[in-house]
Amino acid sequence: MEAKKGDWVQIQKTLLKPEERTASLPNDTKKVPLEMRVKGFLINETAKLGEEVEIETLIGRRIKGKLVAINPKYEHDFGEPVPELITIGIELRKILEGDNNA
Amino acid sequence: MRDISYEAVLARKNEIMKKAVGIDYEKFMSSELAFDYEQMMEEVGYSLDKVREIQAETGVGNTTLVELKQINRLIKKIAQKGKGARIFVKDEATNPSGSYKDRRASVSVYHAQKHGYKGVIAATSGNYGAAVASQAAKRGLKCIITQECYDSRWIGQPEILEKGRACEAYGAEVVQLTVGPELFYYTLVLLEETGFFNASLYTPYAIAGVETLGYEIAIQTKELVGKYPDAVVITHAGGGILTGTARGLKKAGAIDTEIIAASVNLKGLHMASDNDFNKKYFTTGHTGFGIPFATFPDRSDVPKNAARALRYMDRYLLVTQGEVFYITEMLAQLEGMQRGPAGNTSLAAAFALALEMDDDKVIVVNETEYTGAGKLPSAQLTFAKKMGMEIKRGDPIKEDIPGKRIVIPEHPSQIGYIELNMDDVRRSYVKEVIKRYNKKNFTNEEIKFMAEDTNTTEEKIKQFISEFLGGEEN
Repeated sequence: MEAKKGDWVQIQKTLLKPEERTASLPNDTKKVPLEMRVKGFLINETAKLGEEVEIETLIGRRIKGKLVAINPKYEHDFGEPVPELITIGIELRKILEGDNNA
Repeated sequence: MRDISYEAVLARKNEIMKKAVGIDYEKFMSSELAFDYEQMMEEVGYSLDKVREIQAETGVGNTTLVELKQINRLIKKIAQKGKGARIFVKDEATNPSGSYKDRRASVSVYHAQKHGYKGVIAATSGNYGAAVASQAAKRGLKCIITQECYDSRWIGQPEILEKGRACEAYGAEVVQLTVGPELFYYTLVLLEETGFFNASLYTPYAIAGVETLGYEIAIQTKELVGKYPDAVVITHAGGGILTGTARGLKKAGAIDTEIIAASVNLKGLHMASDNDFNKKYFTTGHTGFGIPFATFPDRSDVPKNAARALRYMDRYLLVTQGEVFYITEMLAQLEGMQRGPAGNTSLAAAFALALEMDDDKVIVVNETEYTGAGKLPSAQLTFAKKMGMEIKRGDPIKEDIPGKRIVIPEHPSQIGYIELNMDDVRRSYVKEVIKRYNKKNFTNEEIKFMAEDTNTTEEKIKQFISEFLGGEEN
């Protein structure tokens, strides 16, 4: 996939390598770098995923980093129906209606 | 070129912060530990009347206080005879960006605009980001929000991803980082680079902004039931909502109202751990923030934190994740209000309290927040299952294991709380002071400060010090 100038994209950049991180970290966190992702409009004429690019953010700041997504989607959602939750409303209404065995 | 290595930036911290918040904290400090809190709040913050005026300009506050009539019927039904307090909730979700955090952001953004800053920056993974972004939009300022958002495999917390989306919707640049306290380091880098105002959650501006919440609760409760609330239950994380609400209640004259903190119990999960990050299903309002910020408020991003919860906290209750999901369902199904999860932490505690309080008592839950994709119990529990958590119906207090098992109650009578001993919390405060400042000797002024800061007597503070230092104090 190739992005064109002006496309809404996401870049990634390593801010601190593991050895540059603060000393007071749990071991699992200490082993990995501190990384950043930011979205903005592509400044390069064209770019492929994985290439170093420059973007302009929503407030006009310019940042360089590795292109990781083109037109990145919001992937969080409403979730799946959860069996442990679905019946709660029915159960509570039964108690309100006076079923003392509910 | 400026050196932006971790050490170099932290070495410039004071200088960067001074420019970015414009407060001379030294002026109020009599030692590294003690400072004149009330003087700082008075001189730096804004008066209640001024804050109300600022908030009216951007449509913040004056939210409805709602009686939870169906839930109150349910409480009466399952409580013992003569028990069953009434619960009211302050519907803060109706603020412009969907939470009480608009109050907290409003004064900072006003102040930044008034003093000619071109933009504001806030480090937050919670609703505060959306609030700052929304207030900045209203006042024509630029906004950057930095979030701790992903683990090292780029798996993001759905609730935080949703807040990132909201910030972008209000025109903010969102800087999303992997797990680690160095979020603060990178926020300093950005403050220095942009010259923007630091809309910290912990300045006197932020806390002054919350005082209107407590003030409105006092006035509205009196109007509705003829008296001030007997108790206000407050979800506790960084301490700002508790501090501001309590101060506002007092300013309105509600001096006898009990201030009760509630957090989700996430004991054993490490806040800076890459592995534990996605095992928490409330990104705020839990003990991972609540206890450290109560016992050492000055761990925040400003030299002296204006959010000092122990000054005002009468009780501190813990609830489980499963109880909060259950009460969130209850609020939607019985009251027609889809809200949460944050305010529902205190609602779960309020429900348990209502069952044991007399039926003429009035409890106010001081917030709700907007909900939806990423934030709903269905979104959180779907994510939890993917992360390998066990979800089951059962006894939430007996069976809950933070990071491993979420237990949804089978019956509302199973909603309870775990009460922390306030003197143990104060002991932890004293222990932190000794550790952080490497202190062995305390002046009388410092003892007095610590007593005020933890709402106890000087004798108690001396006793705690001698427990840790073996009677070496003074």
